[in-house]
Amino acid sequence: MEKQVKNEMKIEFLSKSANEAFARISVAAFASQLDPTIEEIADIKTAVSEAVTNSIIHGYASTEGIVKVKARLYEGEIEIEVSDNGAGIENIEEAREPLYTTKGNLERSGMGFTIMENFMDDLSVESIVGLGTKIVMTKKIKKETTTY
Amino acid sequence: MNVKHFMEDRLLVFEITEELDHHACEIIRRRADYEIQRFMPKRVVFDFNRVVFMDSAGIGLVIGRYKTVNGFGGKLEMMNVKDNLRRVFEMSGILKMIPVIDSLEKEKIS
Repeated sequence: MEKQVKNEMKIEFLSKSANEAFARISVAAFASQLDPTIEEIADIKTAVSEAVTNSIIHGYASTEGIVKVKARLYEGEIEIEVSDNGAGIENIEEAREPLYTTKGNLERSGMGFTIMENFMDDLSVESIVGLGTKIVMTKKIKKETTTY
Repeated sequence: MNVKHFMEDRLLVFEITEELDHHACEIIRRRADYEIQRFMPKRVVFDFNRVVFMDSAGIGLVIGRYKTVNGFGGKLEMMNVKDNLRRVFEMSGILKMIPVIDSLEKEKIS
């Protein structure tokens, strides 16, 4: 059965690090329509923060560009897409390895993808070098069940 | 971030108040390194009591300061690491390297 979209949103902003907080708070506020737990909201905020930070420091490095964040709500599930038109990732498999980083000089820990994978239920990465990167992640929001 | 100096113990406490993302960590890092170089502490404590959010940038911040402080024979500890932060730290394995303490274990806290 095709999943039915309950609601959808899209934001775009400049690749400035001050917008990392804006992005995760916006998505968290939108996700609250699914009535998530505090832990689920914390997971979503952390994953969005990682994805947006990646676009800003890897995708656009020191240049300025647009980061797009889309979110879609389904019954008991949120899908979040973070995309940029930046540098792209040469080797996605390598980039997803824990502790792998190309920005050690910026004190990046190389844990961004690992955290996204662990905090969300599904993560897919598409990237073309020179054109940009799109990551899509989904998280199930458990329904509180009441038993009498 | 509030910085507390305890002269007689050569102890430096960084009480973090920000949400620890890449943006905030860049600012905190500069301030922390300035204080560490100026004070040359024997002991540095990161107090996370007031931190409500942290992503992987927090791991980089702590590891970076750990290396600096270790470099001149000082030690670094973390305090008030709540569950949401612990989950992020645990993934990186730094909890095996950096002790987490419950209190400063000092008589005189000014």
